[in-house]
Amino acid sequence: MFSEIIQLPNWVLIIAQTLIGAGVLLTVWRIAIGPTPFDRIVALDLLAALIMAQLVTLVFTSSFVSYLDAATAIAVIAFIATVALAQYLETKENI
Amino acid sequence: MLEIIVSIFILLGAGFALIASIGVVRMPDTLCRLHAATKAGAFGLSLMLLALVIANPSPRTIIQSCLIILFFYLTAPIAAHLIGRLTHSSKHSHHAAGNSRKVDDTNKHADSQTTDHRNAELSTPNNR
Repeated sequence: MFSEIIQLPNWVLIIAQTLIGAGVLLTVWRIAIGPTPFDRIVALDLLAALIMAQLVTLVFTSSFVSYLDAATAIAVIAFIATVALAQYLETKENI
Repeated sequence: MLEIIVSIFILLGAGFALIASIGVVRMPDTLCRLHAATKAGAFGLSLMLLALVIANPSPRTIIQSCLIILFFYLTAPIAAHLIGRLTHSSKHSHHAAGNSRKVDDTNKHADSQTTDHRNAELSTPNNR
């Protein structure tokens, strides 16, 4: 579903996408080297937020508002994944 | 004029997202990383959604952006609380191990020992 969005200067979106991409790389680095599983869960939670921010910049570049549906789905899935991983690690600790 | 406001909001949101991931990489402790990731990440995302609402004030965009912001701000503290409680009660957390070791000592110098422990932990470079 296309809609009218203000045309921004091109460099703003490029800079924003570069910053968020650098953040994704740093977060993936933390997921790779995280000493404990909790660090990895925290980094995964942040990674979902970064991907949602990248989807919002995609709405600006393509004026295709339905990317917000994907952002909503990612928010729900990230919350459920975090809760499920926390419960799993908690039961694993108690055994 | 509207373009400038929207651009400022987008750049601020992306900067906060980058600050959150820098905090996740550079902080010395799991709880500090949790602090950086939860607050700055949610704030950056909500700034970018606010920019979208300013740029395209149609009912669908407004409702869906407000729903995403509301859901994120409702669920991020719950997830952070779960992870923080799990980290605090865990055995392989450095933070929890240091605290339990200090409980066995005398209570007199508990505060100075805590600050010493925190300073030592912050200054050791091999801890990240």
